[in-house]
Amino acid sequence: MPTVALPKLGTAAAWRDAARALVSADTPPDDILWHYDGGAGDLFADGPAALPTPDPALRVPRAFVDLAGTVAWHADPERFALLYTLLWRLRGAPHLMADRADPLVGRLLAMQKSVHRDKHKMKAFLRFREIDAAAPPRRRFAAWFEPQHHIVEPLARGFFSDRFGDMDWIILTPDLTAISTAQSLSFADGGAKPPLPEDATEDLWTTYFRNIFNPARLKVKAMQAEMPKKYWRNMPEAAHIPAMIAGASARARAMQDAAPTLPPVRAARIAARHAKDDAMDLLSRMEGDMPEDRADFLRRLQGCTRCDLHANATQAVPGEGPHDAPLMVVGEQPGDQEDLQGRPFVGPAGQLFDRLADEAGFDRGGAYVTNAVKHFKFQPRGKRRIHQRPDMGEITACRWWLDIERQMIRPRLILAMGATAVGSLTGTGAGILKRRGTIEATEDGTPVFITLHPSYLLRVPDASAKEAAMQDFRSDLAAAQAHLEELLAA
Amino acid sequence: MARPDLQEKLAILSDAAKYDASCASSGSDKRNSRDGKGLGSNEGSGICHAYAPDGRCISLLKILMTNFCIYDCAYCVNRVSSNVRRARFTPDEVVSLTLEFYRRNYIEGLFLSSGIIRSPDATMADMVQIARDLRTKHGFRGYIHLKTIPDADPLLIEEAGRHADRLSINVELPTDASVRAYAPEKKPETIRKAMADVRLTREAAKDRSHTGKRPPRFAPAGQSTQMIVGADGSNDAAILGNATRLYSAYHLKRVYYSAFSPIPDATAALPLIRPPLEREHRLYQADWLLRFYGFDLAEITGATPDGNLDLHIDPKLAWALQNRHHFPVDVNRAAREPLLRVPGFGVKTVNRILAARRHRTLRYEDLTRMGASMKKARSFISAGGWSPGAALDSAALRTRFAPPPMQLSLF
Repeated sequence: MPTVALPKLGTAAAWRDAARALVSADTPPDDILWHYDGGAGDLFADGPAALPTPDPALRVPRAFVDLAGTVAWHADPERFALLYTLLWRLRGAPHLMADRADPLVGRLLAMQKSVHRDKHKMKAFLRFREIDAAAPPRRRFAAWFEPQHHIVEPLARGFFSDRFGDMDWIILTPDLTAISTAQSLSFADGGAKPPLPEDATEDLWTTYFRNIFNPARLKVKAMQAEMPKKYWRNMPEAAHIPAMIAGASARARAMQDAAPTLPPVRAARIAARHAKDDAMDLLSRMEGDMPEDRADFLRRLQGCTRCDLHANATQAVPGEGPHDAPLMVVGEQPGDQEDLQGRPFVGPAGQLFDRLADEAGFDRGGAYVTNAVKHFKFQPRGKRRIHQRPDMGEITACRWWLDIERQMIRPRLILAMGATAVGSLTGTGAGILKRRGTIEATEDGTPVFITLHPSYLLRVPDASAKEAAMQDFRSDLAAAQAHLEELLAA
Repeated sequence: MARPDLQEKLAILSDAAKYDASCASSGSDKRNSRDGKGLGSNEGSGICHAYAPDGRCISLLKILMTNFCIYDCAYCVNRVSSNVRRARFTPDEVVSLTLEFYRRNYIEGLFLSSGIIRSPDATMADMVQIARDLRTKHGFRGYIHLKTIPDADPLLIEEAGRHADRLSINVELPTDASVRAYAPEKKPETIRKAMADVRLTREAAKDRSHTGKRPPRFAPAGQSTQMIVGADGSNDAAILGNATRLYSAYHLKRVYYSAFSPIPDATAALPLIRPPLEREHRLYQADWLLRFYGFDLAEITGATPDGNLDLHIDPKLAWALQNRHHFPVDVNRAAREPLLRVPGFGVKTVNRILAARRHRTLRYEDLTRMGASMKKARSFISAGGWSPGAALDSAALRTRFAPPPMQLSLF
């Protein structure tokens, strides 16, 4: 009967090597005796056998490699035999790893979970104390911990070496001691809990622990589910828990019963300063008359509450371009990117417009571009915001701002793109497909060249239809440009 | 009063910080200090180093730089009109506390917030200095979460994002009107603008330039926010509606819901109540359903007429009880989406079911080993050898899950 002796250090790798060799040699699970760390020998066993050479073609599912790499550190003496039995069964049925309902897989997964949890709790609840504080350049720390499984070695090589790179540390446990000196790691036998020197920082830590606790939200069970009592004896802050619990409800009640106090003198002084700022702010947002200048316009626009859209959007997006532009381009409303950046025509539709304008010889840079509605209207869906068409009330409310922009710019021609813009400028957005390419006028007589909104082009599914639609759009832009030049020449 | 020493300052400034719910230290980039030139590591997932008796995880040193504040937010312990004791850390004190706590394995890093003193820029500059010192002077590679001050100079926020793992800006209350009423100096539109800037800067930091050079990292663990629940009259539909908008607009990692909790020296404008902990819990459940289970807002908040979640049963169960025509779901045949809607099944359970049923027909007993809560799920599924029968249509089904009715207490 082959006997495999597994060492205390490097257990997982040693088990993996042995198991690979044995399964390659078709050794059934019942024939193997697994020994850990020089454990008692079996009377009937042969001495440790020379292991056969493993088959290089041997393949196991990735999930099993992870499982074995973790379960090998479990405290259960049966762990090696159980892992090998599963490895044996996996030869013919690799899908077994995905089947939690299989009792052996279920048991090993539970063991894996237990090791993971133990490792997690050791990472969380181990507390270092500084030892011989006056030993530069590297400071030295030591900790005592009582893990449930043999997890000190993997954690010392992994987590603790990753984390505490610039200091020396010793982790003592009943099972094993890990020592890191000048970034070189060594191990020694474990032992009883040694006396560690007092560390003044522990007082600061317990002060923090007591004060970050909210007595009005006592949930002792939730605490103990995550931090069971067995860990408390090695955690300096835990000694205060009983007193914190006992005083909690009285503290919460005292807060509720306390009568409101008078604010300190300082408060009145600061409040007076704020009141002055607020008054200025309010004054600057008063509507009713024309803004004095561009800055005033921008300030008032940001405070706009003429419709409900302001509450959900990031900001109002004003138009942009030369303030003496002969041409004004009006789109529908800002989209996701416009809303975030606070600039019109920077999203996908805006970029397409720029490209087509360039191709059509349309003077985009010389135009003032803006939208009929200044806030983004959308429906949230997961991580995206789906554009929603503004309704008549919102368009009407926002015409106030478009009118102000028109008065400030006084364009000779307006290019209205899409039903919303057309509706805002001419009174109705209906029948836009028939009206495209024609010129109408605003109430005050400014000519309005009508076309579709470029976002429509993004949604044409068929490639050839899309190309045709883009060509139509280019023609519209070219016609608008020609008309503008006529107007300017006249 | 004597100037407080470090111990007293820590007591005052951690007491002042506890109303921020977030203590997450997960989701950042992986790093370690194996080069021996610094301290700290990040594994990607966070670690809770202790739990207080309020059941909350303590992962970070969560403190205010100062609790002096020129704002007068009614719900806040640190508002200018409160008489709580005030204190102020120097940047060096915060740096030293963070490092010393970290070396002893008490914490994953720092969550720094602050009252507004003098001006938003001056306060933000001090906070950025702390993060910069930790990273550059001390080679600190642990987690840093900075609360950003919305009105601060965008350049300061950009530097904050270069040093911090996570940035957060609290929207505080669910509606603009409530913010104006209870936090008069805060401007909801400024808060949204600041969150938009963080999203844009984060996205820009992910794009390589045409030379293939990566711009400096910016808040790799993203941004989050917090809403106080129960201080104003907003219902759950308004709260969750705001949350879904914030998730979609600014790609937040988390929205935290914080039950309005008694504070020392409360204002008469906002009487204290027992914190609505159950409501807070239900909101988190609903938040998860919206983000990971494919539920629509209207489905969740439409289950009750007043737009508030049912406090006695979880929102998924509430939805299932009202939409029984979708059930029973056959665990051996149904697609992922309907499985995710079964009460008692989590995302992990559903993944396990999908993996296991490729090789066998699942029976009722198998499901218990998949992590499902069968007490809830049993009435809504069919499996090999199992069907809920008439139970699904029974009018009394709800009583099986809701706590028994109680006589009202007079006290």
